[in-house]
Amino acid sequence: MVSLTEVRSKSTVAACFHPASAPDYVPPALLRELQLSRLRSIVARAWERVPLFRARLDERGLTPDRMRSLSDIALLPFTVKADLRDTYPFGLFASPMEEIVRLHASSGTTGKPIVVAYTQQDLDVWTNVMKRAFAMCGLHCGDTIQNSYGYGLFTGGLGAHYGAEGLGATVIPMSGGNTDRQIMLMKDFGVTAVCCTPSYFLHMIDRAAQLGIDIRELPLRVGVFGAEPWTGAMRDRIQNLTGIQAFDIYGLSEIIGPGVAVECPCQDGLHIFEDHFYPEIVDPDTGAVLPDGEDGELVLTTLSKQAMPMIRYRTRDITALLPGPCPCGRSLRRMRRVGRRTDDMMIIRGVNVFPSQIESALLEVEGTLPHYQIILTRHRGLDQMEVQVEVTSESFSDKIGALEQLNDKIADAIEHVLNIRVQVTLVEPNTIQRSEGKAKRVIDRRLQP
Amino acid sequence: MKLQQLSLFSENKPGHVIAPCRLLAREGIDIRALSLADTQRFGILRMIVSDWQEAKRLLEAAGSAVKVTEVVAVEVPDRPGGLADVLSLFEGSSINIEYMYAFPFLRGEKAVLIFRFDQPDAAIERLQVAGVNVLDSGALDNR
Repeated sequence: MVSLTEVRSKSTVAACFHPASAPDYVPPALLRELQLSRLRSIVARAWERVPLFRARLDERGLTPDRMRSLSDIALLPFTVKADLRDTYPFGLFASPMEEIVRLHASSGTTGKPIVVAYTQQDLDVWTNVMKRAFAMCGLHCGDTIQNSYGYGLFTGGLGAHYGAEGLGATVIPMSGGNTDRQIMLMKDFGVTAVCCTPSYFLHMIDRAAQLGIDIRELPLRVGVFGAEPWTGAMRDRIQNLTGIQAFDIYGLSEIIGPGVAVECPCQDGLHIFEDHFYPEIVDPDTGAVLPDGEDGELVLTTLSKQAMPMIRYRTRDITALLPGPCPCGRSLRRMRRVGRRTDDMMIIRGVNVFPSQIESALLEVEGTLPHYQIILTRHRGLDQMEVQVEVTSESFSDKIGALEQLNDKIADAIEHVLNIRVQVTLVEPNTIQRSEGKAKRVIDRRLQP
Repeated sequence: MKLQQLSLFSENKPGHVIAPCRLLAREGIDIRALSLADTQRFGILRMIVSDWQEAKRLLEAAGSAVKVTEVVAVEVPDRPGGLADVLSLFEGSSINIEYMYAFPFLRGEKAVLIFRFDQPDAAIERLQVAGVNVLDSGALDNR
């Protein structure tokens, strides 16, 4: 009799083929044909049903039948995040409400969130790509997947949930938080895979050690980590500490949620589910399409989304499409792991934060904008944000109480905007480093080992 | 009768008080009285100097946040109860003491108390009526 752990050893997993993965191996020529036919339909759908898109095509004298080859996509206008905000809440929907079965919303950056919609067919596509994502990570029916992504308006929780169920795996809908309980169930239920943010998993590792539990001795063998940028060093640390295989998964609500791209066991780039999401890399300044291998901004087009087609959506994520085939044999192109963005957006505990929000809070309290700096660190897997604010002759008081009040007022104003409490530190004038007159606003130390 | 006190913001970190003191020393400005108030996060260096305008200019040029506040200096006998007698003058009045600090004179017998009142003029009047010696900046210089 062999133990569960032995049956699910890494080598067994890497070798197995899951039937859900079949579309990953479609010959490239067929895949391009499928993409073109889907591109034509989606452009036609958006043109017929989304006034903003139609107006933009009209401006350029374009009609959907101009899409004769895949490269014609470059003729189409970009869609940007501001378009979703400007048409809030339902302005970009291409399906009537009676066909929309689900709404999700991402954290808002200026008060209003970004709303995304799904028809039943969209949900089926989402489940399908998440199912293929899990299969690519070596999971299958018989696995027990602990889903520690947050359930709710955030797409992470439900996206992973339905994908795991679709795979036939046993899902534990944990959501985030309550780490001791997470670890207890992981052990008691013989969990074989976990999905969460990589930083939260690092926290789980620490906590498990404190509780005297060695994750190496549990049946856990796969982690599907995403929703925040992480590094190769973090992966090494996770894999070395726990003996599991840690996979990077990429997605964004505007496109579908998690399940746009994921790593295969080669762990060298993320395969994009190209039959549903068409990737381009463009120069972030000129918008010109760049060849494979070159760094630029990832632009995605949803090829099959009904409720909310996104045509050439600018993700703000900087990456490159990796040239050449992957040793795993999949025909799906790969993108390099996302390391940085074209804008200054920070993701703090899953919440999107822009420095401009901190600025508006500081302006509100002080009347003028003081020099400030945001310092991001990570403690026990949780993001910490410190805002250092230079004291000015105007804001300075000779009374301790008044300075403490200033400190609190700034923290309150920031909390009001972001919904998270941050540490505010008053610092001496001219102590925040200026480079060419402009201060570096954000110091991110979260990925430092 | 009011004196100009300079206050400087200081981070609560090693070495942060010495720089302004060094600067004033180099420029030949005398620190007559000084107090350091601190919390865990920051400190306020308060001082009365021989030439406050010049000191303010120099400190600001060196990048400090400087606040000028009017304070009141009084002379009291350096004996038990000296401070309590002065404080009792404000008991039950609407005048608030925001903060204060004290230092003795080298020649003994007298101590100087520096007060930051919310109503300095009313406080001076009350002190003088009670016969307390309120010092002007010259008096502080000559000690």
